[in-house]
Amino acid sequence: MPTTAPTSGGAAPGLTDVTASDSALRRFLHGLPGVDAVGLEARAASLGTRSIKTTAKAYAIDLAISMVDLTTLEGADTPGKVRALGAKAVHPDPTDRGTPATAAVCVYPDMVAVAKEAVAGSDVKVASVATAFPAGRAPLSVKLADVREAVAAGADEIDMVIDRGAFLAGRYLKVYDEIVAVKEACGTDARLKVIFETGELSTYDNIRRASWLGMLAGADFIKTSTGKVAVNATPANTLLMLEAVRDFRAQTGVQVGVKPAGGIRTSKDAVKFLVLVNETAGPDWLDNHWFRFGASSLLNDLLMQRQKLATGRYSGPDYVTVD
Amino acid sequence: MTMENAHATAAFEYAPAPESRSVVDIAPSYGLFIDGEFAEAADGKVFKTVSPSTEEVLSEVAQAGEADVDRAVRAARKAFGKWSALPGSERAKYLFRIARIIQERSRELAVLETLDNGKPIKETRDADLPLVAAHFFYYAGWADKLEHAGFGAAPRPLGVAGQVIPWNFPLLMLAWKIAPALATGNTVVLKPAETTPLSALFFADICRQAGLPKGVVNIVPGYGDAGAALVAHPDVNKVAFTGSTAVGKEIARTVAGTRKKLTLELGGKGANIVFDDAPIDQAVEGIVTGIFFNQGQVCCAGSRLLVQESVHDELLDALKRRLSTLRLGDPLDKNTDIGAINSAEQLARITALAEQGEAEGAERWSPACELPASGYWFAPTLFTNVTQAHTIARDEIFGPVLSVLTFRTPDEAVAKANNTPYGLSAGIWTEKGSRILAVANKLRAGVIWSNTFNKFDPTSPFGGYKESGFGREGGRHGLEAYLDV
Repeated sequence: MPTTAPTSGGAAPGLTDVTASDSALRRFLHGLPGVDAVGLEARAASLGTRSIKTTAKAYAIDLAISMVDLTTLEGADTPGKVRALGAKAVHPDPTDRGTPATAAVCVYPDMVAVAKEAVAGSDVKVASVATAFPAGRAPLSVKLADVREAVAAGADEIDMVIDRGAFLAGRYLKVYDEIVAVKEACGTDARLKVIFETGELSTYDNIRRASWLGMLAGADFIKTSTGKVAVNATPANTLLMLEAVRDFRAQTGVQVGVKPAGGIRTSKDAVKFLVLVNETAGPDWLDNHWFRFGASSLLNDLLMQRQKLATGRYSGPDYVTVD
Repeated sequence: MTMENAHATAAFEYAPAPESRSVVDIAPSYGLFIDGEFAEAADGKVFKTVSPSTEEVLSEVAQAGEADVDRAVRAARKAFGKWSALPGSERAKYLFRIARIIQERSRELAVLETLDNGKPIKETRDADLPLVAAHFFYYAGWADKLEHAGFGAAPRPLGVAGQVIPWNFPLLMLAWKIAPALATGNTVVLKPAETTPLSALFFADICRQAGLPKGVVNIVPGYGDAGAALVAHPDVNKVAFTGSTAVGKEIARTVAGTRKKLTLELGGKGANIVFDDAPIDQAVEGIVTGIFFNQGQVCCAGSRLLVQESVHDELLDALKRRLSTLRLGDPLDKNTDIGAINSAEQLARITALAEQGEAEGAERWSPACELPASGYWFAPTLFTNVTQAHTIARDEIFGPVLSVLTFRTPDEAVAKANNTPYGLSAGIWTEKGSRILAVANKLRAGVIWSNTFNKFDPTSPFGGYKESGFGREGGRHGLEAYLDV
């Protein structure tokens, strides 16, 4: 059975030694099997050719809707915008109340209280980005204060960014310690998603190392991207992270979730990601406790496809709500 | 028919997604294609071709005998003069036209090939057909550049090529044979395998559609006797054969002492070598592609897995987990990974060899797998605890059966990989570039893939060492087999 991640970092069973020092951690991360880029991308592309039709499509679309972290992360966010988003998360399709709610709304820390109120009484969670999102370039004390404020305002989930500068400079223990500290600031109630900004890590080997680093430090979720850089979630980098959570559970018994974010806009893409989940990590991850989509425009496309499956007609953008 | 993990909740069941059969119109009967016309066999004989996944009879095909082969060779001879005298740029036009028609009709041909051969539509659609068209495009490009190919200032064609092809990649093997032959100015008589004659007959129609002059391509479906008659025909200048080593040896004996030029592409027992520093997840994919692509009915299959002992358990666990996700069933379903075995005869051979593996003490494993009630099926199978002394490590099985052996050092890996009468393909999996080069230099195999397997491209020569045959097909090297050099 799935177990939850340890509440404090570094407690992954059997792997306590590897975080004992910077060099031990480095040896461990660099000892992970390499990733052949051509082979990884070929496997992702091949799973992308699965043909998901009729009943399977209906199942996948509802599942995808339930996995959306409906997101607004703009400088221009207002309480009104966040309330609208919250209402939509609870009842995505005003014409069909049977439509599943999304998993969460995802906002900046100062909007957490508003969001919390907007989804009150539902199962929709409030996720907040924190730790000086999206760059992560702030002193640790500021990052931790950011997290504590968001948690205090009621955030159920914290989406932190790692220090990519430290990671790329090879200072893995610094990245690790920071995640551990943030996890501690999350307390026992808020789940922690660790964003790697895979587009900045650049190589697949780095993404595999970052995944293990995050999981060792106690991440509840590992997440591809902020959505603020040129390359965000791709089938290949998500496939790689799904392999990492699968292997981590096999080794430690701890199940960690995966969240691709940024760039997933169509139902067709979302279904392809679910195929990746199904055939890589396995059915245990086909649940919004373990897999999420960080997206904003994806939801409307899912709703339009859902309406089309139900009615046989494609309704068009006037029949879903604009946000 | 999906092989799900036993513990899986199985919520995400893929609904059937069959490719439509209506895109292909299979006639109840077909003739031989000789001198631009379809004709019955001289003795009126016919044979049935069935769909291996259902055993349904697809069509009745005229069965060529010695007299028909003779007529076909004479037609090819008659056409040779004019065809070989055409400027290369004119021959290229026909080949480009054929390539384009194949692309336009690729969906139809993919469905046809899947029906007649039993392989999944995913493969015919994404591998066979694109490669067939690519092969014609590639050799079309050579037709007017032969004087720059490195075979002299004005290389001449040989004359009439007699070509005998197998059933595992019917249309692709046809392309490998016909495209270079026509580009260099030869005319051909081709005998497709008796279990898969249909795509060659559709190709005959494509030749007509392309306006190819009569007699340049002749197709004579039939059994081994037709192939033997073609190979032995005194007016054939060139023999090209792809198939079993036993038949290849027979052909070599027939051709010995004649002026015929011969190329043979025969069996294999490819070693897929996984070192402990390999990219494990991709190696698993490569192993699966190596042995389960086309149900393992591939001469260059990676049928021997040589894995370094230090990663054996980890790799085998990952491989078994991966095999449990393979989807076996209706080849026309777009989500099918493993289709049917081509014939009852081949299934019997695979079954017998697998039983021998067990009898000799190797440990057999297959994922939980329900086989369809009709048709010819064999579950993906792997054998562990296999040594060089086991029959399944030495004989070509030509089916979805992987023999797993171990090694301790690179030298041992090379020694075991080369310890076979065959020498067609090998794979090397390591993240260390210098090791790839060092090991590749020591392997005696015609094709060596590193960190991938079963990748094909018309620009790359393909062929074997030792009992895997001689001569190269594909690339610039592939021209030599059809030129008088």
